[in-house]
Amino acid sequence: MEIPPLTNGFELVYKKPRTLTETPMHYCPGCGHGVVHRVLMEVVDEMGIQDKTIGVAPVGCSVFAYDYMNVDMQEAAHGRASAAATGIKRVLPDRFVFSYQGDGDLAAIGTAETIHVVNRGENILMLFINNAVYGMTGGQMAPTTLLGMKTTTSPFGRESGLAGHPLKITNLLAQLPGAYYVTRQAVHTAAAVRKLKKAIQLGFQYQSLKKGTCFIEVVSNCPSGWKMTPTDSNKWLEENMLPMYPLGDLKTPARSMN
Amino acid sequence: MIRGNVIIAHEICKGCELCIAACPQESLGLSEKINLKGYRYAVLVQDNCTGCINCALVCPDAAITVYREKKHAKGAAADAITA
Repeated sequence: MEIPPLTNGFELVYKKPRTLTETPMHYCPGCGHGVVHRVLMEVVDEMGIQDKTIGVAPVGCSVFAYDYMNVDMQEAAHGRASAAATGIKRVLPDRFVFSYQGDGDLAAIGTAETIHVVNRGENILMLFINNAVYGMTGGQMAPTTLLGMKTTTSPFGRESGLAGHPLKITNLLAQLPGAYYVTRQAVHTAAAVRKLKKAIQLGFQYQSLKKGTCFIEVVSNCPSGWKMTPTDSNKWLEENMLPMYPLGDLKTPARSMN
Repeated sequence: MIRGNVIIAHEICKGCELCIAACPQESLGLSEKINLKGYRYAVLVQDNCTGCINCALVCPDAAITVYREKKHAKGAAADAITA
């Protein structure tokens, strides 16, 4: 049964943000990237900073992020989004600069850049989408893959003796004095999406204080890489990813004053 | 009960069913038809939407627009019935 739209006597309460382009996203059905793109653009819309925002797109699934976000975007070499964002922010210090990276980009090939950008305390917002696999190349093991988790390059599950332990890079970065606001959020429920939006709002607002780097990790799902339906992947995320990557603020400005 | 309505851009929908799982009212379901990409898309299957926007928040493709009944419109409708 299809119910025809009723708009008479009804008011609009939610629509796609204006800053998100009309291009249909290429992501797999149920992928968390789409939610993060939308929430990010909602914040840009609400703060009215579309003409002052510059984003840096990564290499990975979200390599075409510049097609979906109607703000100034720069594509960076693999792992170097935060380094490119540093340059942009130093040349144009009045702009709101964000980098958007996945776990293969930020925590594997770009570890050095990531750590040093946060250590220098560059006034940028770094978004880190953690789905525990390399999505674009076909679900290989990433540094953030959980122990025992099956991927195409760890078909019997990740073993710490052979492949080491999952890298909690967000906890690592929270130790650095250059970090101003470090938090870990998720996109598996509507409540989590609301919290993520508040975190991104803070991330943009703190940029104008020029106190240091804001870092937001988003624990996301990868239905194709995990070989599950989107609904099952969100349940799996809650049961397996969240105990390893607990949600919440790791460093807030009040605590960093001490 | 506050009434709401959703409009789903069915050509953008990829049928991931996240909105169906997020809906507290179980108002949403998958269509019998498929769209141009070959996905069964999300549709309203029950007329009990409250316009809580949970479906729109979890939609990865920003395909959902949500409407909610205006508060004064509800009173006006009740007046129209009694008149």
